[in-house]
Amino acid sequence: MQAPVNHIVGLTSIVRERLLPIEGTVLARLNQKVSPNDVIAEAKWSREHVLLDIARTLHISPDAADRIIQCKLEDHLKAGAEIAAGRGLFPRRVTAPRDGTVVIAGGGQVLMEVGETKIELRAGIPGTIIQIIPNRGAVIQTAGTLVQGVWGNGRIDSGSLVNIAEKPNGMLTVNRLDVSLRGSILLACMIQDSETLKAAADLPVRGLILSSLSPTLIQQAREVRFPIMVTDGIGSAPMNSAAFKLLSTNAKRDITLNAEIYDRYSGARPEVIIQLPTSSEPTLPNETEFFAPGLQVRMRRPPAFGMIGSIISLPSGLTTLPSGLRASSAEVKLENGEIIIAPLVNLEVVG
Amino acid sequence: MTTSLIDGNSLLAVDVGAANTRAVLFDVVEGEYRFVAAGSAPSTAEAPFRDVSEGVRNAITSLQTILGKPMLDANGGFITPSQPNGSGVDAMVVTLSAGPTIRAVVVGLLKEVSLESARRLSESTYARIVETIGLTDHRKPEQKIDSILRARPDLVVITGGTDGGASRSIQKLLEPIGLASYLLPPEKRPAVLFAGNEKISKDVKSLVGSLSPSLHFSPNVRPSLETEDLEPAQRELARMVINIRKQQIKGVDVLDLWSGGHILPTAYATGRMVRFLSKVYGAKKGILSVDIGASATVISAGFKNKSTLNVYPQFGLGENLSALLNYTSLENILRWSPLDIPASVLRDYLYQKSLYPSAIAATLEDLAMSQAVARQALYLAMQSARRDFPRDIASIKPTLTPLFEPILAGGAILTGASHPGQGLLVLLDSLQPVGVTTVILDQNNLLPLLGAAASQNNILPVQVIESGAFLSIGTVISPVVSASIGVPILRGKLTYENGVEARLELKYGSIETLPLATGETGKLTIQCLHGADVGFGPNRGKEITVSGGALGVVFDGRGRPLDLPADTVRRHELIKKWNWTLGGE
Repeated sequence: MQAPVNHIVGLTSIVRERLLPIEGTVLARLNQKVSPNDVIAEAKWSREHVLLDIARTLHISPDAADRIIQCKLEDHLKAGAEIAAGRGLFPRRVTAPRDGTVVIAGGGQVLMEVGETKIELRAGIPGTIIQIIPNRGAVIQTAGTLVQGVWGNGRIDSGSLVNIAEKPNGMLTVNRLDVSLRGSILLACMIQDSETLKAAADLPVRGLILSSLSPTLIQQAREVRFPIMVTDGIGSAPMNSAAFKLLSTNAKRDITLNAEIYDRYSGARPEVIIQLPTSSEPTLPNETEFFAPGLQVRMRRPPAFGMIGSIISLPSGLTTLPSGLRASSAEVKLENGEIIIAPLVNLEVVG
Repeated sequence: MTTSLIDGNSLLAVDVGAANTRAVLFDVVEGEYRFVAAGSAPSTAEAPFRDVSEGVRNAITSLQTILGKPMLDANGGFITPSQPNGSGVDAMVVTLSAGPTIRAVVVGLLKEVSLESARRLSESTYARIVETIGLTDHRKPEQKIDSILRARPDLVVITGGTDGGASRSIQKLLEPIGLASYLLPPEKRPAVLFAGNEKISKDVKSLVGSLSPSLHFSPNVRPSLETEDLEPAQRELARMVINIRKQQIKGVDVLDLWSGGHILPTAYATGRMVRFLSKVYGAKKGILSVDIGASATVISAGFKNKSTLNVYPQFGLGENLSALLNYTSLENILRWSPLDIPASVLRDYLYQKSLYPSAIAATLEDLAMSQAVARQALYLAMQSARRDFPRDIASIKPTLTPLFEPILAGGAILTGASHPGQGLLVLLDSLQPVGVTTVILDQNNLLPLLGAAASQNNILPVQVIESGAFLSIGTVISPVVSASIGVPILRGKLTYENGVEARLELKYGSIETLPLATGETGKLTIQCLHGADVGFGPNRGKEITVSGGALGVVFDGRGRPLDLPADTVRRHELIKKWNWTLGGE
């Protein structure tokens, strides 16, 4: 049976597509070396529109209105600019209510985009541009450590990693946060209270890597301005040993925390990337595996939720589980030496 | 390429679910269509596979292994028709429920009329309404445009205007739809279904036609104020959903090709089958089908003159599970659990399960939580679906579940339970059926597959259903009565085919069973006590013929609506006892 893979790898090639949400201008060049904060593409985007019904305002037909509309498609208008004026002794005028761009002019109406903002797409990871995607972004390649998580708040940043979790089930509390951590990305394992998250935002930190997050904090975590990645689950789970070991041994290095929102269809996942110097290009990690003895796996559900183990055997047919359900299963030796039977659908390969 | 199934002998039916893909072979055995075997594999709509055809090939490979009959060639292509060497299959049908929830904008005139029809129409597929625009919406046009742009719809459903009725109002409503579509990049423009006043179809075409990648028309869902006819629009919507899936998910086009276009959304295929069954077997009572899956909970009911189909992605047991708490509370879910589980553990479970929808319960605690969640999700879905049932249907009390015969149930949480009694208790708790009904488990998820095949080969579904491919749990007797715990409410005498008799006294608050094997029938004499009503009137009994099943005849004396004890310890004891009575441990 094919197995999903969660990447927790010490050294691998990493290839990532970075795209604008809408079409824009790509600034990066092919083979360019980029740092995480380099802007590689930008776009202009308006979140609001204004519809001006010239015909109705001037009490004329749409065709007549079209003849007196003074702007055309893609015109940039300043607030107060005249768009159309009626006739007569006291002609009524229609003016642009705000600065904006004309996106439709016709049928007696003018539709303007207003409130334009600029979107900048940063490289996010250090590496080399290996492909330009016209009007949308680029593909970047790097080599280093990769640790993927299960939940992200959609933000990205890079900075120095500071380990303030002494153990995989460490709990971050307000009194652990002091000014020396300002601007750092913290490896912090669990957070269970709102005050701690607020204190981290007030410092501010540059990012949080958590093993788990209380469900009650999800909304607050979505709203903070720095990236938050959860490695193991929502609730109160310790960090899996593979991720904790890799991250804690990379403390004080510069890392990129891309807390992308997990999208099961596109495959986007939150992840930590730590660029490492290499003499040769390491191989890309496998996106899928087949369950087989010897593979390292992580438990997605109890028993032993979050623990890492290795498959000893794959019994043929269906196995009856302690719940009474029957499923294709694996015999797994956990890192604490315990041997358990787990359904294959509750396992993911780590590697 | 359209293939007729009428001449085909063997039929491969594939169901692509959010978590699992199943391949089922139907073939002619001794002159009649039979369910032969089923293979399954995890679905592959999601990353890293992102190609549903992978999961389908794996499921077919699993079926090939069981049957020793090659159905895929060396390159993974589908072998059709059947070859002289025994390989291949004559035809294929596909049902599909995998994929992200479709984001729908509904547009209509009056809230209680056309917008309500648009809501019902959207609820007949895997859609979530993300924006509603109606006549009483007093937002400025630009606010509506921005709202549609923010909603990022995949689909716009437009209803409104009786045939020959209002046209200017509906045209005005279309303006923001057209403008918003224009502002979206061509690849992100929504598909549009117009199911309103047929007189303005031309105007709709000119306002929206050039801006939508697919503009579809169906007959008016409200030809007059008093009449609602959703079926033709549902059929059109089903086609559109498959087209949307083709854009969203790789491999759907391959399945479309393999099946010669015989690919339908799973829920629509189920609804079609229920409609078909209610026409063929329908009597005074309705036919009910429930399917609780990872992508959605689907309730389909067929009555004499009307059928309903409701798809609730928000009550699915997969990726949407973390949002279940928008509709219910942790306490309301935990009331169904036989174990003492802290609310925080259940809350974590909901979030974790939404991250890994295909995970199953390996421990007793996980099983208790998964079944409690399934009960509450199905309960909520049934309560919502009841709003759309016709008013003139057979019932004991209008506030209770109507009378159904039979109830067909599907979904791994029910059919994969370690004992049929576990699945039955989930159904009794959540659906709370009344009177006399047969409960049938669709163990191999055949119902939608038969629905997909029905329009091409109407003999196959009938012959497969009558061949015993479904697991009958038995006949359930659920009296409606108000009494104190322990008071006798019904006496039953079951006379077996060999003349042997078995008797039972049902006390209020208990569940009892009388054995009656699958395939056997018996005469059940019911004597109602204490005002109990099983559909013949208060205190009125009758002798009826009942059919057997895995659990024989089940008597549910817990009253309707089901009122669980507030005391946690007592409630846990009772749930364990009911579970034990139905064969659980």
